[in-house]
Amino acid sequence: MKLMQGNEACAAGAIAAGCRFFGGYPISPSSEVAEEMARLLPKNGGVFLQAEDEMASLGAVIGAALGGSKAMTATSGPGFSLMQEHIGYGYLAEIPCVIVDVMRGGPSTGLPTAPSQGDVMQAQWGTHGDRASIALAPSSVQEVYDLMIQAFSLSESLRTPVIVLVDEVVAHMREGVDLTSSDSASIKMRPLPTQPPGVSFEPYRSGEDLVPHVPDFGVGYRFHVTGLMHDERGFPTSNTDIAAALLERLEKKVHLATDLVAPESYLMDDADIAIVAYGITGRTAKAAVDVLRSKGTKAGLLRPRLLWPVQDEMLKAALANVEIVVVAEMNRGQWVREVERIVAGDAWVYPLLKAGGSMVTTEEVVSHALSASDRLSTTDGGRSSRQDLRIG
Amino acid sequence: MVGGEKRLLRHAMMPHMLCPGCGHGIVLDAMLAVLSARYDNLDNVAFVGGIGCSSRIVGYIDACTLHTTHGRPLSFATGLKLARPDLNVIVVTGDGDGVSIGGNHLIHAARRNIDITCVLLNNEIYGMTGGQAAPTTVPGAYTSTTPQGNTQHPFDVSELVKAAGATFVARASSYRPQVVGDIFGQALDHVGFSFVEVMTDCTEYFGRTNRFGDGADMLMSQSRYDPAIDADLASRATVEELTNPQPVRPVLPKGILHRSSRLTLEETLSVSGGRSSNANEMEALERDPRRGN
Repeated sequence: MKLMQGNEACAAGAIAAGCRFFGGYPISPSSEVAEEMARLLPKNGGVFLQAEDEMASLGAVIGAALGGSKAMTATSGPGFSLMQEHIGYGYLAEIPCVIVDVMRGGPSTGLPTAPSQGDVMQAQWGTHGDRASIALAPSSVQEVYDLMIQAFSLSESLRTPVIVLVDEVVAHMREGVDLTSSDSASIKMRPLPTQPPGVSFEPYRSGEDLVPHVPDFGVGYRFHVTGLMHDERGFPTSNTDIAAALLERLEKKVHLATDLVAPESYLMDDADIAIVAYGITGRTAKAAVDVLRSKGTKAGLLRPRLLWPVQDEMLKAALANVEIVVVAEMNRGQWVREVERIVAGDAWVYPLLKAGGSMVTTEEVVSHALSASDRLSTTDGGRSSRQDLRIG
Repeated sequence: MVGGEKRLLRHAMMPHMLCPGCGHGIVLDAMLAVLSARYDNLDNVAFVGGIGCSSRIVGYIDACTLHTTHGRPLSFATGLKLARPDLNVIVVTGDGDGVSIGGNHLIHAARRNIDITCVLLNNEIYGMTGGQAAPTTVPGAYTSTTPQGNTQHPFDVSELVKAAGATFVARASSYRPQVVGDIFGQALDHVGFSFVEVMTDCTEYFGRTNRFGDGADMLMSQSRYDPAIDADLASRATVEELTNPQPVRPVLPKGILHRSSRLTLEETLSVSGGRSSNANEMEALERDPRRGN
């Protein structure tokens, strides 16, 4: 076990996953990731680049990834906004890369050192056009380390950008980390091309795995990579059927991640009230479940580690038998919309939303869950008197 | 296009999208002639382009080609070169792509002295989007966004890149493709960031809107502004301009404008990054005979 800060564990996990290129630009509260990578990468035969801005950071990451490196960047709110175009590029051109966003209070410059979970929707919808996102949300320093390794495995094996949404609390918290927790043999690599080079080589052809076996640059294949809609040769096309098929395959491919990241489920078997929360809020919620149980309320925790793509089937099954779902998050109501969509009226969804730069507390979760429970037992199921709790 | 360079074209991408009279194809031809003399194939040559007419020509080359986002080809190229220093990385960009939206990346690539070659095709206008003014458009020029004539002062791109720290800066024009090829070859040989600005003509937008005539007329107009070609023509052009409502394209110096030597980004990273245990490596690198200048 090693005492580490979340941002340090982020860098350590990346190195353990085989990351050998980092391109980044200083920004609070993510800067320690860059600082740690600047220290670790040269020792491990890698390259650290402090870029001139966030567009260049992710551009360089994509270039390095095409050169064969596992590559990443780390940023926070405003920088994440600036990276959106290249996240879309990485998605359409199918370039593996990992983007860490240490969420801080926004919009705009906002609260540069205060915690937030306000970038959840941006992680899915921030880039223009239709894009299916993979976004992971760790809730502890250990989980930052473990999910960084998993982020690289997902990114490389599916050839798509993977976003890791860390909130500022987890990023700056110090906890013990078991650096042997992940088996290096389980780390997945990008698929190697199976066709030989030549005029008939099609870098963007994919089989049943939906993942094209695109070679790295400079290994004997000459091919084209573009952010334009392209055919299986990688050549630009304005053929609408080809474009539609490409968008469909990319989305299906990303949805393969749905079964690969298990949520944390705590005392859900007999629960009447489910608390759904992620990141640091998931740990607050877990403490609240214990308090609620001690008061005789059958509460349980469902904490997704994968926010995008949403694990619809898993959530639907896990919430099938509860009457009340409390969704707690540090924003004005983002991921709760997904829960409402999935529950679809089969249970009462009570959002507990807190924006403005401070954490959701255990007491707030407990009191919100109890008042939701009271309303359910005294009115028409709570619908007419339903109130969202917005704090801050 | 003759013999050798034809085999380096990506025939499956044809027909190309350049307009009749456009100068970009002349530059592509000149670059391929140089590469053809040096390489059997372009397996280890990566061409990186941004967005715009000039950037599109990378797709017509049978190499590892990367068509990136608007203004950012140098950032992609930087990552690629650092990951694979053995690759010959060549960026093709335009004046809008390279100096307007991508100007920050251009000056930083020059400052870092990363060992890549950047060819910027300067046609003084945004061609692909329909002829809008660029930061290289000369005063007085009519464009779709300067219907009363351009009032802004243009960049001298080569001077900008030189000031930012590039160790090789040259300017050529599509009127003299042999010179383009000669300079491009020297840029490839240079260790460090080599920048080649090539003045080209946009006949469809710059030429038509400003009554410069067709592609051949515009090439001739380039020659008039090139005192190295014909001093007499150049002087006559100046007389014409006094009575001509056309915008005045200034006489820009051509040739190798700047050459100097210092360690490349890759070399400094290699030494500071502890890849080598040789304490004298920095000194040895500086003595590398390939620098030679």
